[in-house]
Amino acid sequence: MAIAIETKSLGKSFGGIKAVDQFSLVVNEGEMFGLVGPDGSGKTTTIRMLCGILAPSSGSASILGKDIIKQPDLIKKEIGYLSQRFSLYGDLSVDENIEFFAEINKVYDFKKQREELLEFTRLKPFRDRLAEKLSGGMKQKLALACTLIHTPKIIFLDEPTTGVDPVSRRDFWKILQSLLRQGITIVMSTPYLDEAERCTRVGLMNKGRIMRVDTPENLKKEMEKEVVEIVCDRVREAFRLLSSHHAVREIQAFGDRLNVLVDDANKSLPSLESVLRSNGIVLASSRVISPSLENVFISLLTSNATVEVAG
Amino acid sequence: MNEYAIEVHDLTKKFGAFTAVDRVNFNVKRGDIFGFLGANGAGKSTTIRMLCGLLQSTSGTASVGGYDINTQPELVKFNIGYMSQRFSLYDDLTVEQNIRFYGGVYGLRNNRLRDRMDWVLKMADLKGRESSLTRTLSGGWKQRLALGCAILHEPKILFLDEPTGGVDPISRRNFWELINRLSTEGITVLVTTHFLDEAEYCNSIILINAGKLIAGGTPSQLKREHIKDPILEVASSNVVEALEVIRVQPWAIETSVFGTKLHVLVKDEEEGKVSIRQTLSANGIQTQSIQRIVPSLEDVFLYLLDKETARAS
Repeated sequence: MAIAIETKSLGKSFGGIKAVDQFSLVVNEGEMFGLVGPDGSGKTTTIRMLCGILAPSSGSASILGKDIIKQPDLIKKEIGYLSQRFSLYGDLSVDENIEFFAEINKVYDFKKQREELLEFTRLKPFRDRLAEKLSGGMKQKLALACTLIHTPKIIFLDEPTTGVDPVSRRDFWKILQSLLRQGITIVMSTPYLDEAERCTRVGLMNKGRIMRVDTPENLKKEMEKEVVEIVCDRVREAFRLLSSHHAVREIQAFGDRLNVLVDDANKSLPSLESVLRSNGIVLASSRVISPSLENVFISLLTSNATVEVAG
Repeated sequence: MNEYAIEVHDLTKKFGAFTAVDRVNFNVKRGDIFGFLGANGAGKSTTIRMLCGLLQSTSGTASVGGYDINTQPELVKFNIGYMSQRFSLYDDLTVEQNIRFYGGVYGLRNNRLRDRMDWVLKMADLKGRESSLTRTLSGGWKQRLALGCAILHEPKILFLDEPTGGVDPISRRNFWELINRLSTEGITVLVTTHFLDEAEYCNSIILINAGKLIAGGTPSQLKREHIKDPILEVASSNVVEALEVIRVQPWAIETSVFGTKLHVLVKDEEEGKVSIRQTLSANGIQTQSIQRIVPSLEDVFLYLLDKETARAS
């Protein structure tokens, strides 16, 4: 598989603060790669450097074999960038916005591509509507269409689904899926770990560094602890009872169940169950479930003593 | 004392000819975390604003903490806490000044104000940051400060309107731990969110679409009772090619990529598995595993909305 993006010890400092530090990564063509991390972990800064908007302080990176520092103009044609605060012109129509982006990208023969993009994002019926009159989900689709007008090979999406409802989110993922089918490489950043589960590979970032890169599946396999799901009544009382149990590494109370992180489920489960039963709590079921990426991520962060989790 | 903190009967709001909320009925048990879900424009905010005594209903009634929203809106306002996504904090005030401001709004003075300020600072883990400017706080701190300000006057009922928009996973988790703690202390929480993974924290959930209630129950009930069609998770040698060949099959109701796997909604589990294996192998793609998975709340939500949309058209 050909390499779409390669970075070597990429770094960016603002004053004395290392926003991105020693960032090394390879993304292959045709991947949907997710950069995941809390606010301020360096996701946006990384994407901006890769798009040639921000000069790195150290290290190097190449996009489709071209150096981001020496050949930025060659790269611009190949990439699309959807920033967190994408800038549509509210007083221009859907059609005019796309035309505007075509012009700034020096695409003169844009009409056919525009038709396809409107079709594809299902914005055709709204093509004459002013951008400011579109719903949040439609604005986002229009911004994506603008990003694609010059048929880039790689697109960078910075937290594209923040503030978007589930219905629009599903539409958006469907569009990403068809881009993937066309062989476009997608790099997206997201603070949502359920969304990261949909990426072919993810890079977990914290404090400017990339902690781990792998498929969601492998990251879960690597986790040394096990997650037990206990469905019971009086969940909050059960939570309180188990919080202080010696085998419990971490515990989360949901509406009708608990997720408990333990080192060894076989060893600990009987004792957990008996604590609950002896306090009159009725258990509907208890079983080992596959950890979520959120379990993996939080366990990585908390096992790293230098990291403060409070923020 | 009544078992329910909030009781809603046939609540309706019309704006001209448009019915934003259409005869909605539900009850919220004391001490519950109650999830109120719906897409944008479904009528969630309108309902919440009526329940907070901020908007007059067109018809129907509701009582919040024992007060009638139509005849006692001022008492409703005084006895609830409200926090929204936009946090309503003053960025150019310090942490302490924000707390004092809200204390003033709720009429807290002297000892009571001092006690409550102390409590909020501890709860939000903001001790030692009293004189930090609010704008310099990270999203997670701000969120907790906003929560503290919303419950400064110790309301028994708390409304959270999209409380975690744009906040990172760790802060989100801390936030929900706080909410759980409040609910253990007997506070009733009504939350709207469009993150369906968050709705898992609720004891009880209702789903609203086009102003009407379309489903309700505990998270487990919703997952068990609505999607009868099985969702199969397929691991194969090439997910993009697998998507390409399966999505066009008549038996594949819905196909989507989840990381390196496909999720395929089919009519029948056994037939579906056979069809998937055959289709993949006919196209030279190796099937690694196929298993039925429990739908997520997001799956259920989207499924129900599709059903409603199909019925409406």
